Amino acid sequence: MTEIANFISQNLQLIYVVILMIFVGVEIIGHVPAVLHTPLMSGANAIHGVIIIGAILVMLGADSDNILAQSLGFVAVFLGTLNVVGGFVVTDRMLEMFKKKK
Amino acid sequence: MDYIFSLEFIYLIASITYILGLKMLGHPETARRGNLIAAAGMTLAILGTIFLYQGEVATHIYVLIGIAILIGTIIGWAVAKKVAMTKMPELVSLFNGMGGASAALIGLIEFQHYTGETLSTATILAGIIIGSISFSGSMIAWGKLNGTIKKPFRLPKYNVVNNAIFLVLVIFAAYITWSSSSSQLYLYILFFGALAYGILFVLPIGGADMPVVISLLNSFTGLAAALGGFLYGNMVMLTGGILVGSAGTILTFAMCKAMNRSLVNVIFGEFGNVSENEIENDSHSVKGDIKKTTVSDVAILMNYSQRIIFVPGYGLAVAQAQHAIHELELLLESKGIEVKYAIHPVAGRMPGHMNVLLAETNVDYDKLAEMDDVNPEFQNTDVVFVVGANDVVNPAAHNNPSSPIYGMPILDVENAKQIIVNKRSMKPGYAGIENELFYNQKTSMLFGDAKAIIQALISELKGM
Repeated sequence: MTEIANFISQNLQLIYVVILMIFVGVEIIGHVPAVLHTPLMSGANAIHGVIIIGAILVMLGADSDNILAQSLGFVAVFLGTLNVVGGFVVTDRMLEMFKKKK
Repeated sequence: MDYIFSLEFIYLIASITYILGLKMLGHPETARRGNLIAAAGMTLAILGTIFLYQGEVATHIYVLIGIAILIGTIIGWAVAKKVAMTKMPELVSLFNGMGGASAALIGLIEFQHYTGETLSTATILAGIIIGSISFSGSMIAWGKLNGTIKKPFRLPKYNVVNNAIFLVLVIFAAYITWSSSSSQLYLYILFFGALAYGILFVLPIGGADMPVVISLLNSFTGLAAALGGFLYGNMVMLTGGILVGSAGTILTFAMCKAMNRSLVNVIFGEFGNVSENEIENDSHSVKGDIKKTTVSDVAILMNYSQRIIFVPGYGLAVAQAQHAIHELELLLESKGIEVKYAIHPVAGRMPGHMNVLLAETNVDYDKLAEMDDVNPEFQNTDVVFVVGANDVVNPAAHNNPSSPIYGMPILDVENAKQIIVNKRSMKPGYAGIENELFYNQKTSMLFGDAKAIIQALISELKGM
């Protein structure tokens, strides 16, 4: 029990962020018309590309003689970039078509 | 003042752009700007992470990061720009898988740095499991959507087997964590075990349910990113990841609701519980005579109608017939005939897929009617033209309790005076079940490629 209490007190800020973000996510999606479900999923898909930040941190923190870590990190950064760039561009293309009509 | 240029502040800005961006994506007028705002925030966060890093970094590592980002940008951009509108859903799945793989790789590298730290190890292992499932699952979903993987594949007792595998993965991860093991062998066994689970998890699920699966895996990847954020105490990964995780979960439920099914039902599959025999029996019970018709007959029928409703489905997307059907619509309107499109929420391969496709051709928003609005109108409609849709117009959803789609809301096209169904063949739809609508007295079948058929209709109608 003390371990859990310690964990909570040490990470209080993170826990606040997690809880609030869960509700923000729920609220945001609450009233979206079905028409926009696909672009929205695609946009959310691009945002979780934020994993690339972790991949970059791995690379920056890698020992300069650790070839394995650097190779895996390289692939991770590459895949993360695909997720981010591809995700945002595809979403933009979907939405481009909605814009034309008045 | 210095704080303005600090990484924490940049991450704060980026987090706000994600929330704002997702919010704006929910409204047609602001959606595109919302996407761009989130993209700008992401760019800012990436640049900040690279250039404001505190610590000694060898030059060649910067070069490697630069190269990885450059190649990723070029390929990601080119693929996203080039791909046909009909291929978008599977592309989303593909990019989602890339994010999952990235998360799993991060875990593989970081594992050795946190040996003995219980919480961090648990976070890393959870990230590896979730990221790997998201990756391999997305690849299967991608294969199913583009037709590489056609039949649902099921191990005997696959539900039991899958759940057992998942349980073993979790227990194994818990063992690695609490034994403070630093074994790379264990780590890779866990990694490949999770990859295998992702494959087995998605394989049994029918193609028609792929949108739900992709949405679910999307929120998985969000969760994996959030775990990474927790590991590094990195706020932007945490906020972005949790946001997508929770928003993605709600979106998944919304999609399930549109199909009147529970998430459990989709994953563990009532579809799966219907044995092959039952499906065969079903098809026997609806066997009857189908009526074939010709393009000129349909053209005459349409020419003398007052109200026509088009029901587009995935077949329309496959045949790239969206421009042709828009032309047909305009031609009929010019003859004073009222034309509408009835859009089933899950028509196509993703919710909103048909809207996106028809929007591409500038079909008027007002012409796209949602299911609940259009259903009462069918009885006053002269002709319903079903193009490449199947399961969403299958009356078995109403009147056959043994059917796997029983209870799903459908478009009640059978209430119309005449029904024309365009299909390539009598093959069953994505759910793999027979459709008694085709044997209805009021139904005529117009076999052929949607685009070719519609273009033939247009030239017939022009001559009238």
